[in-house]
This record gives sequence, C-alpha cells and structure tokens, in this order.
Amino acid sequence: MSKYLLDKFLFTVDRDPELVERYREQPRATVEWWEAEEAGRILGSHLDERSTWLSFDDAEREALATHDYPKLFELGAHPFLTLTLFIAMFERDYAEPLGFQLEYGQRLSGYSLPYPDIST
Amino acid sequence: MAEIVAVIASTHHPFYYRASTATGADRPPFADEWVRKVMAFRETLTRANPDVLVMVGSDHFHQLWLDNMPQFLVGKAPFYDANWYNEEREFGLPRMTCQGEEDLSAHLLRGGLDLGFDLAFSNELRIDHSITCPIITLRPQNDLPIVPVYTNIFAPPLPQPKRFVQLGQAIRELIESWPDDRRVAVIGTGHLSLELGGPRQFGPHGPDPEFDRKAVEWISTGDLEGCLSEVTLDSLWNPGNATHGFMDFMLMMGVAGEGRKADYTDTYDLFHTMEAYFTWYPDGGGHA
Repeated sequence: MSKYLLDKFLFTVDRDPELVERYREQPRATVEWWEAEEAGRILGSHLDERSTWLSFDDAEREALATHDYPKLFELGAHPFLTLTLFIAMFERDYAEPLGFQLEYGQRLSGYSLPYPDIST
Repeated sequence: MAEIVAVIASTHHPFYYRASTATGADRPPFADEWVRKVMAFRETLTRANPDVLVMVGSDHFHQLWLDNMPQFLVGKAPFYDANWYNEEREFGLPRMTCQGEEDLSAHLLRGGLDLGFDLAFSNELRIDHSITCPIITLRPQNDLPIVPVYTNIFAPPLPQPKRFVQLGQAIRELIESWPDDRRVAVIGTGHLSLELGGPRQFGPHGPDPEFDRKAVEWISTGDLEGCLSEVTLDSLWNPGNATHGFMDFMLMMGVAGEGRKADYTDTYDLFHTMEAYFTWYPDGGGHA
C-alpha cells in the first residue's frame, strides 16, 4: 500500500491545469507516465534529489487509471483531494448545479461509518 | 499593550463570493438572504474598529502537504499572496494580496514557543480560502495587516481538541502582551458538520443537524467544558468526514474565554453545511 503516493498523484495533478486535462482525456497513459517520471519527485527540490522507492500497488494504479473514485475512497485516498480533482474533470459534463457532486455522493452510498482510514 | 477588540468565528463557505456577486438567472435563490446575514455580521467587525487582524484557518492542501505537515503554523511575511488556481477554478475566487504584520507574527512565534507550543513558521505563505473568505465577507476592502495562523484539521494524525482550545487561550494572552497600542481583532473560521468526498456530501442540509444544534449552543454560550466532554478526534467523524474543522471553532472559544457568551450569534441553514457566525467583544462594548 502506498496511500501517500495516491494522495501525491491527486495533489500534483489537481494543481496543474494541463495535467488535469491530460488525466481526464488519457487516464491510464497519464498514470503510467506519472508513476515512471514524477512519482519520485520531491516537491520543491532539485530533480537529482528524487525519491527512489515510491510506487503504486496494482489496486491503486488501476483505480487511478479507471477514474474509479469509489475505489479511491475505499483505498483511503484523502477524500478532499479526490473530490476536488474529479469535480475539475467532470462537473462540466453535468447541466444541473452540483449534478456531479450529487452523483459522486450517490456512488459512494454503499459506504457507512467507519469510513476507511485516511491517515498516511 | 495591544487590545483585543473583537473575537470572531465563522464558517468559510467558498461559494459565497460567487453567489453574492451573481446576477440574473445565475443568482441562486438563497443569495439575497445570505448577503443580508453577512452584511449584519460584517458590521460586528466594523464597529470594533480594528487595526490588525489575527486570522486562524486551515490550509486545504494548497501550500502545506503530506511531505512536511505542520500541526500549527504562524505566517511571518510582509505580504501574503492569496487564493490558488483550483479555488479560482471551482469557486471563482479572486487573486488577492494581503499585507502582513511581521512584528506581531514574531511576538506570537517567540511567545508561543515559550509557552510550549511547537509552532512552525513560514516566511512565504500563500493563503487560501479559509482566510480569504472572511476577508471577503468581513473586510472586503482588505485594508488591514494580518497574521495568519494555520491549523492542521485535515491530515491525520491531528492534535487533540483540547490543544486547539489551549492555543486559542495562548493567542489571547500573547496578543494582550504585545507591546503595541493597536486594536486587534481575532478572526477564525471552521466548520460545523461537513462531508466532502463522501456519501453524505451536498445534502439539502449539513450532514448532522443535531451536532450543529449542539455546536452552536456550545460556541454561543462559551461552554468549553460541555464541548470538550463530547468532542474527541474519533467522535468528529460521526457528523461528517470534514467536521474536524470544528476544532478551529474550539480554538476561537479558547480565544473568547471559558463561559463567555457570544455577543452576536447567527446561523443560516444552507445546503451542504450550516453557516454560523459569532462575535465576542472582550470589552463588552464593541465601539471604537
């Protein structure tokens, strides 16, 4: 398990307009590229200082590659990060205000307390 | 010595800016009443005539991140750029620049460390909507220097609720010992029950109206004992997965003082979460 890396993916994509669009249009390719090239980047540091040990497990990689936000919730990704990024990608596809957010809640309706642990 | 002329606690709903400035068909039906309530709330700060604002909020994974997460952080910079790309994107929030008050920041840092709080500091802090929303609602002219204080209510493990109260008490003591004759208002924002990224999000009301009712009672009556007897890090998951922001309200109860009834209390039951507004005047008056 590498919940930290899941959150790092969501965090770094959400703050980059170009990456938000790339992840929307080509999720699997973006996840593969990101894990190979960006996962080890230590934010705020020179590239030579990158981490060498971070990787997704198979379930995490597949959930990201399929935009499977209920699975990300189950895996313990931070819900604020997941929600924010997925609103940015998919709210535009809904005509009604909050349409995507309401569907988001509905798709998670099978979950009840206690929710998955979000600590990393 | 400095004087605390107002203590203010509120929610920081990022939709307010867009709702209050929308016109025609874009203006939501709840906007006019929301604006009316915010204007009345704003007056409680205006009448206190502050010179400096100490602003308590929580970064939302904008500048602070899981690679190096502080629990409590004081900004110490001459200026603070504000709001982030994803806040423009989702809430239409404007880019802003706030002036800092470095001398008071230094005083809070030195004094806070000496009182036993291991405070982090930042000399280049870009603030987000937990601090800019109360500027937009309470001081839209953005003409006063600020000291931002960020708390971690977001990335477990979190400090215990009583620690937030204790920090609020310390902030009050430290402001009152600041060797400066300016008038200081302390403004903090938090949440009542709130769910984000979970099955209970964006309902017609906050996810737990019963918690909200109790929370408003605790805050408005200064019932720290009752609040601390019920609120734990574990219990705060029950009213919604983002409800740990309530601990910033508890911090503000610490600033206001045990048993101090709020001089002004208002709420507004919107979809998604209950808006709540509280003001205390430590000198009892609230007039400059």
